Amino acid sequence: MFATIQLRNPLVAVVLFAFFGSAISSSAWAQNADSPESTTWSSLKGDVFGQKFIEPANGIVSIEAPKRAEDAAIVPIDLHFKTDAASGRIKTVTLIVDENPSPVAAVFRFGVDAGVTHLATRLRVNAYSYVRAIAETEDGKLRMTETFVKASGGCSAPAMKNSDEALANLGKMKLRVFSSKSSGMEPMTRATEMQLMIRHPNNSGLQMDQVTRYYIPAHFIQGLIVSQGNRLIMSMEGGISISEDPNFRFEFDAKPGEDVKVEASDTEGKKFQDEWPLASSSL
Amino acid sequence: MSHATRRNILKTGIFFACCGVPHTRAALAWSMSADPLPVKQVADGVFAFAGAPAMMTRQNEGEICNVGFIIGDDSVAVIDSGGSVVEGKALIGAIRAKTDRPVRYLINTHMHPDHLFGNAAFKSSGATVVGHHNLPRALESRGTYYLQSYREAMGDDLMADIRIVPPTKLITDEEDLDIGNRKLTLRAWKAAHTDNDLSVFDHKTGVLFTGDLCFIDHLPTIDGSLLGWIAQLDILNGIKAKFAVPGHGAVPSPWPQALEAERRYFDVLASDIRRAIADGVPMTNAVKSAAQRERANWKLFDEYNQRNAIAAFAELEWE
Ligand SMILES: [Zn+2]
Repeated sequence: MFATIQLRNPLVAVVLFAFFGSAISSSAWAQNADSPESTTWSSLKGDVFGQKFIEPANGIVSIEAPKRAEDAAIVPIDLHFKTDAASGRIKTVTLIVDENPSPVAAVFRFGVDAGVTHLATRLRVNAYSYVRAIAETEDGKLRMTETFVKASGGCSAPAMKNSDEALANLGKMKLRVFSSKSSGMEPMTRATEMQLMIRHPNNSGLQMDQVTRYYIPAHFIQGLIVSQGNRLIMSMEGGISISEDPNFRFEFDAKPGEDVKVEASDTEGKKFQDEWPLASSSL
Repeated sequence: MSHATRRNILKTGIFFACCGVPHTRAALAWSMSADPLPVKQVADGVFAFAGAPAMMTRQNEGEICNVGFIIGDDSVAVIDSGGSVVEGKALIGAIRAKTDRPVRYLINTHMHPDHLFGNAAFKSSGATVVGHHNLPRALESRGTYYLQSYREAMGDDLMADIRIVPPTKLITDEEDLDIGNRKLTLRAWKAAHTDNDLSVFDHKTGVLFTGDLCFIDHLPTIDGSLLGWIAQLDILNGIKAKFAVPGHGAVPSPWPQALEAERRYFDVLASDIRRAIADGVPMTNAVKSAAQRERANWKLFDEYNQRNAIAAFAELEWE
């Protein structure tokens, strides 16, 4: 089953390979304490960040998630970013769900002048798990914050609700622009809020084909680039922990008049792209 | 109080008195095989048990949904096996109390554990397991998760015997089964409650087993498509049934009035979520207030409404 899964990002690949097999190990289901010790994280940390020291976020990055995952397939996560002069801007943010089969949900990279201050997305959460965000700032330091999410009760599972629908509309994108909250004076200082939606099953690959008895290869969005004009807003290298129909709502410094362009690619090598004009009036 | 609890108290009480053994699994198993599920005759040859509107727990042995069976001249068709092997065995006990004809079909109305965790109880009956053509796929991506995630609420003893048993006879569109001078029409629906909903109509008596396409009293849960469900309510409503055995709620229930409450809830939920999306309200905030005015009308509202709102939000955003 593993040979068919190809990942561009070796980091995600290592973690995916290491944890696929132990997806349902008993340790992943220790569900007693409110926020248990994360033994998973202590072993995961080295795989993802090596020996590098990770310090507390101290507000540079903060994370919000519901305490209980009402729907294991769609757990909304909010990340807020704050930069200070000492640490410099945030270069990347790694989003991790400790107890998932593939814990590294995504690695986001932000453009130099993108000014991203908020990013919301939706995750699959397989078990009672810490969800953590690790920011790498310009000073080269790693800063981490985390929150604990309890798995849902009832029959909610981290799986696709409507498989046929997801495949039928594969790659379709939608971009929404929300009116600006703050009206700055200079075009580059105005934060614009956008929401990008991509139709994709973001399939976990944990399903078995009835006839062949082989696992169906994972099929998910692995690369995403959002840009405005020639400027990178953010890119993402993603995994299967991002919910079906990946969804990103974010605030950034928009330049009025330049098109917003999105390019995405999935594990089957399919490329999806779309472009939207961003009129001054919409900012 | 569910009948399971009552049964346990009674039987283990006797056990205690005569043997002095503690309330063990053996005692439980003994009481189960001795005590058939208290089914109700719905119509001539049609029997059903009404599950309790509750979450599945060790105490209620997963007996939270409606299950039933139809007796033909040659054989029996069972509709759903219940939320544990203990319930499945009690259902077999109830069948055996009415007839000695063989169980030919075990029909699963959809993928949820409360409806099919009892499948393994039917292993030795030789029954063919029947389901929607999407059911095997749904169980492949959820089966292992279900077995793990219900362990906490149901306990190791009940979970030990539970197996995911997928159907081998698959229904696409519509198909009739004959159990001996008795025609049952099985219909595979497009995504609604789940993407593998199946209904069973008994032509002889006009009883419709809706599976979880119809919820009464217990808040409906959306694990397929809200829009698909709403769209198919009219088709469902058009089925000329005398009365229904809903997936959850009174057995039997008047038809098609049984659909009214869930239709109203779906309309309220969809309109609240649509308004939030139009106003740019983020999902996290929108799902907290959506459909709250329906709260007093349902059991398990707090357990499931927010989850329904999340599913609805993710779906309606694409309109
Ligand atoms: Zn159900």
